Amino acid sequence: MAATDQYEKKQQSSAELDSYVEAQENKSLLRFITCGSVDDGKSTLIGRLLYDSKLLYEDQVESLKAESKRIGTQGDEIDFALLVDGLAAEREQGITIDVAYRFFSTEHRKYIVADTPGHVQYTRNMATGASTADAAVILVDARHGLQTQTYRHSFIVSLLGIKHVIIAINKMDLVNYDESVFNEIRADYETFSDKLAFKEITYLPISALKGDNITESSTNMAWHKGAALLPLLDKIDCAEEDLSLGFRMPVQLVNRPNLDFRGFCGTISSGEVSVGDEVVVLPNISASKISNIICGRNNVSTACAGEAITLELEDEVDCSRGNMITAKNARCEISDQFQVNVIWMSESPLLPGRSYFIKTGTQTLAGVFTALKHKVNVNTLENEPASSLELNEVGIVNLGLDKPIAYEVYDKSRDLGSFVIIDRITNETIGAGMINFSLRRAGNIHWHTPDIDAAARALIKQQRPAALWFTGLSGSGKSTVANLLEKKLHARGKHTYTLDGDNVRHGLTKDLGFTDADRVENIRRVGEVSKLMIDAGLLVLSAFISPFRSERQLARELLNADQFIEIYVKASVETCEKRDPKGLYAKARRGEIKHFTGIDSGYEEPANAELILDTDKYSAEQCAEQIIVYLEQQGFLNADD
Amino acid sequence: MNISHLRRLEAESIQIFREVAAECENPVFLYSIGKDSSVMLELALKAFYPAPLPFPVLHVDTTWKFREMIEFREHVAQKYSLDMRVHINPDGIEQNIGPITHGSAVHTDVMKTQGLKQALDYYQFDAAFGGARRDEEKSRAKERVFSFRTDKHSWDPKNQRPELWSIYNTRIKKGESIRVFPLSNWTELDIWQYIKLENIELVSLYFAKKRPVVERDGMLIMVDDERFQLADGEKVQNRKVRFRTLGCYPLTAAIDSDAEDLNSVIQEMLVARTSEREGRLIDTDSSASMEKKKQEGYF
Repeated sequence: MAATDQYEKKQQSSAELDSYVEAQENKSLLRFITCGSVDDGKSTLIGRLLYDSKLLYEDQVESLKAESKRIGTQGDEIDFALLVDGLAAEREQGITIDVAYRFFSTEHRKYIVADTPGHVQYTRNMATGASTADAAVILVDARHGLQTQTYRHSFIVSLLGIKHVIIAINKMDLVNYDESVFNEIRADYETFSDKLAFKEITYLPISALKGDNITESSTNMAWHKGAALLPLLDKIDCAEEDLSLGFRMPVQLVNRPNLDFRGFCGTISSGEVSVGDEVVVLPNISASKISNIICGRNNVSTACAGEAITLELEDEVDCSRGNMITAKNARCEISDQFQVNVIWMSESPLLPGRSYFIKTGTQTLAGVFTALKHKVNVNTLENEPASSLELNEVGIVNLGLDKPIAYEVYDKSRDLGSFVIIDRITNETIGAGMINFSLRRAGNIHWHTPDIDAAARALIKQQRPAALWFTGLSGSGKSTVANLLEKKLHARGKHTYTLDGDNVRHGLTKDLGFTDADRVENIRRVGEVSKLMIDAGLLVLSAFISPFRSERQLARELLNADQFIEIYVKASVETCEKRDPKGLYAKARRGEIKHFTGIDSGYEEPANAELILDTDKYSAEQCAEQIIVYLEQQGFLNADD
Repeated sequence: MNISHLRRLEAESIQIFREVAAECENPVFLYSIGKDSSVMLELALKAFYPAPLPFPVLHVDTTWKFREMIEFREHVAQKYSLDMRVHINPDGIEQNIGPITHGSAVHTDVMKTQGLKQALDYYQFDAAFGGARRDEEKSRAKERVFSFRTDKHSWDPKNQRPELWSIYNTRIKKGESIRVFPLSNWTELDIWQYIKLENIELVSLYFAKKRPVVERDGMLIMVDDERFQLADGEKVQNRKVRFRTLGCYPLTAAIDSDAEDLNSVIQEMLVARTSEREGRLIDTDSSASMEKKKQEGYF
């Protein structure tokens, strides 16, 4: 869109041109969508915006006038919809089936507007337009009020994370510019939008056809005090919503033209990066430092979100497409199990249990929807039970991936919390998904209360509390590994406490013996004490033989699922007996101790331990290090956000 | 830190190039020699710097391009060590197809549309980058960045894949292909601004100089070689002209202009009142013609 009115003057000095081009260059960009029910006048509105902001060329206006007469719907007047409805089928049927992108600019901003289709069967095209928009103009026909599609589009706009919406109540000319009609629709929408996640809703009465409240305030509706549409759009504050995330760059491509160069290409999704920064590659957690940043053909010292760059690292780390390079001290989370929102876009329904391809920004994985929690009724926004998700339906689903990924929740990052669903046979894109939270970690528990609670206590300790439950035969190395681990954690400034099986029996559980009932009570007490210490924000190391699954399950159930880390310290009875640090095996062999685990009492191996440490193979030092890696990976050694 | 509008567009295009290089087996860069191609080439070179372009560059030659265009093509190929492949439809040569003898529709179909299909089939390219922009023309405004073609190279506009965020589904079946448009969200002004900002070299036809032209059907057509036959009453004039868009010389209208350098060209463009494709005879048949051509395989 080239012609710009303020530059009619034929002769301009080069300096003026330079400053003009510079001014253009410094304009901000706003991407918005127009949506709403069919016939609410979306295409007409955009045609009107282009026409009124004098952004059409003479030949475009001429051909528009000619076409308006030939196939237009406005008699001899200009049919603005013809300007944007570009596909032949659309022009014949007078409907918009696909999203059209239009470009215009004002003195303040450049705009890319996605004109999205109103028909319910083209909802997927509407979602396509909404996924990249910063703002939405939702049209409502003043004569008909809110329609199913108004609800559906509002919901999808909200779901896709658009925070700024303008409810444009259109065709006011057909209701005699009546204020009460406007107020009634506004009240209806206010009731409905209570449940949506918008940050800012502006209500605006317009007539796209007649040009009321488009570029300037309409004299036909003096009762409306707000600004017209274009000034409103110019004022929307679309500055980055959340800058709190650290540096994150998904690796899109490894550039290796020869043996001397290995660059990691990607687009920075959040934060900044500078040469010398310490970074970590996820999910494999290899650490390195930035040795060079290439932007275009230049080496630069720093780069920020939105830039497509190439990073060189100091070390030969394992890093490939699909990995994520993050700031070392603000890395993101890793998981393979999520609760997600899904917009289904295929005629064949989403079925839990079926395998699909899941494509995130830079990698394709195999995924299965493990459970369909419910679908959302777009009219009421109520959750309804469902066994499958049909075309254009929105549901809340559990997703399991074939390998863990580094991610952010969609609320925090559109880039890192989104994915599309691809049919394995047809290759079609059949759905779009947004990560709500991981099912495997504590990020899903929102602690927002200002009181001093567990999260607050943990926060000042810069850690996430948990019980590390060491189980295994006597002599397997539980206490040794726990002791080493505690030293390592302590050295990192982490707050810990160890509950040792032998030690507690000197006090806390002094009154208990070794009967089944006493064993249960023993574990219950230790579990309760762990719970208190977790509430205090500590990492609690508990080393107990705890030979029975049911006991360990009891301890697990006392705590939140993601606060209990079962660590199976594995060694053969032979090894343990050889080690026999306390001489207990010898005593048991001599019959001096009864019911000794491994000798005359069984040990039930854990079926779902978070970690298995094989002390036959690895040294205690190596085992402790494995636990550190696990804790880092799961985010226990960082403050919860 | 916030990046400007142009840097955002630049990053978006680079991301698209890298995604194709990462996921497609045999991509190709379709080079048309014009300003959009020049910007697109600059972006591609940046995407993989310091490595050379990881894919070949293809020019479908109709044998009727301006001579200055062909010289520029050879110059650019050498400057950036491109794997430049040129394809000319041999059937067209055999039948002596030309825009003057056969008219624009037949010439474009045989030399450009069929020629392109031949080259894509011959080299088995599964993805082809093109420099189309959404602000150019109505049916392009609705085309996705990744646009799918059947094994017969046709486009089904009613059934485009949803394309959310910047996640591109590149999965195709054998024989199918993808047309990829990294400049989708650029406007004509953006292109010129970027050329100025990055000092991108353009073919000389964009700048005014005295050239031999004739007036035909109200348009100025350059007489670039002896194949151009004058009609009765037509006279070659030496006028200071330049071109806003480039194609086959008998099908591309020149405009009178004094703009000899980039700044003057941008100034002229800013006050222009005629849209860009007006200079190409191909679009004017009927308003749905571009969509129709695309369904038939035109880029």
